[in-house]
Amino acid sequence: MTGTRIRERRLMLGVRQAELARSVGISASYLNLIEHNRRRIGGKLLIDIGRALNVDAATLAEGADAAISSALRDAAAQHESARADLSRIEEFASRFPGWARLLADRQRRVTELERVVEMLSDRLTHDPFLSASLHEVLSTITAIRSTAGILAETEDLDPEWHSRFLRNLRDDSRRLAEGAQALVGYLDDSADVVGRQSLPQEELEDFLDARAYHVAELEEGRDDIDNLIAAADMLVTASGRDLARRYLARYARDAACLPMAPLVAAVARHGLDPAALAQDFGLDPTLVFRRLAALPAERGGADVGLVICDGSGTLTFRKPVAGFALPRFGAACPLWPLYQALSRPMAPIRTTVELSGRPARRFLAYAICQPVAGNGFDSPQVFESSMLILPEPGEDSAPAQPIGTACRICPRPACPARREASILADGFQVGMPAPG
Amino acid sequence: MGSNVLLIEDEPNIIEAIRFILARDGWHVQTHSEGTSALAAVLRARPDLLILDVMLPGRSGFDILRDIRACAEIAALPVLMLTAKGQSRDRAMAESLGVSRFMTKPFSNAEMLAAVRDLAAR
Repeated sequence: MTGTRIRERRLMLGVRQAELARSVGISASYLNLIEHNRRRIGGKLLIDIGRALNVDAATLAEGADAAISSALRDAAAQHESARADLSRIEEFASRFPGWARLLADRQRRVTELERVVEMLSDRLTHDPFLSASLHEVLSTITAIRSTAGILAETEDLDPEWHSRFLRNLRDDSRRLAEGAQALVGYLDDSADVVGRQSLPQEELEDFLDARAYHVAELEEGRDDIDNLIAAADMLVTASGRDLARRYLARYARDAACLPMAPLVAAVARHGLDPAALAQDFGLDPTLVFRRLAALPAERGGADVGLVICDGSGTLTFRKPVAGFALPRFGAACPLWPLYQALSRPMAPIRTTVELSGRPARRFLAYAICQPVAGNGFDSPQVFESSMLILPEPGEDSAPAQPIGTACRICPRPACPARREASILADGFQVGMPAPG
Repeated sequence: MGSNVLLIEDEPNIIEAIRFILARDGWHVQTHSEGTSALAAVLRARPDLLILDVMLPGRSGFDILRDIRACAEIAALPVLMLTAKGQSRDRAMAESLGVSRFMTKPFSNAEMLAAVRDLAAR
């Protein structure tokens, strides 16, 4: 059934229900009813969902055969040798339905596993809590191993030393048990792809995600920032609340400069074109970036992604958009226009990018780097770069800048900006039949 | 080579175990457990061999090793580096800074002793 196929496709791509619902302008509960085949779906909404899930609406509507064909096409696209047979997929599926279903199932499983590995690798490599916990556990194991070795191998051990090492062993064993328990608890909590909100930036993102990045209370001036923060359960740490306070203060200033009503009216005239909007209002383009990212989902906000980094390249703000994966920890792809802008302050950049992945997705990116306001004349210059991520309009076949999410989970082997090997190349393609 | 070893490590029970193992093998072991003042401790102790942990409070073992290699008085000091982070990039970093030997935690007492004896024999 169509709903089941939507759910299957969404889970395969690792898109959250709320995220998909937002991107097509419906509520998560309504999408849930659709996915469980308790609401009929067709027309524009089906087309929008198909677009958001990067699959033909017909494939979602037509059923298993179409879904198998889609998975086989994805598989064939990754193997040079199979590309020549792309036109014969239907013939293959009808002559060998069992093999076709098996291959399609394997393809879906590979994609799911790659996403899990990406997430876990990202976490293992860059998660400061996990890194510190593993260090602690390994250090404790080292102490236990050395102490146990002394106790077992030293025949003439002085009784005083003997009791001292036994005491150390007992203390270290307890420490190891506590450390391992904490680690298991942390990883258990992380089993959900969303993961536990353990960093201040994640707390803020969770807070904003719950509002689809549109803080209606500040748009309408009916609440103040301190009240908003006090009422937010997800802002659990002082750092998280401080980060939220600074973000919301800037949000309120932006909203005062460019209120939502005229912005929505201007978007109806210009579309999501930040250059035209900035010119129309005579405002700083990065302020327009931020206001577009704050549009309500049903007014186009669901299609708008935004990332901001400081002069070191550290991502300080992330508003995700379906199909454009943002790293949770650590550095992103150096080929992002965000970083190109960092090396050319004040020069606006507009470019079509193609994000590596299965399937590859194209986006229109606008980026600009500017000095942080209010920094004075005598202080070191502090820059901030912003990149707006929009859907690529139409079926543009013009060349796009290939980019990834981060080197470690990017499958482009010959990238000139690669700084470390990809686990996808090492972990998945080795052992598979060589293409060609 | 003499028999003075300086152990820079912040984990008290690892310090105690390594000190015991090396002392029984005839080494005179001094210890230090903080990163910021580690270079001064090396200059003060003038050991024949240094065992250096990577993750230290205040300053990383990599930074300390870099300073040692840049300081003419102690630039040739054999350094055995210990880390709980066995990733290849850490090993590469240590090698690029001129580490004499690199050991990943957890290690056995026999491995530790063999590494120290091997460095002393060079």
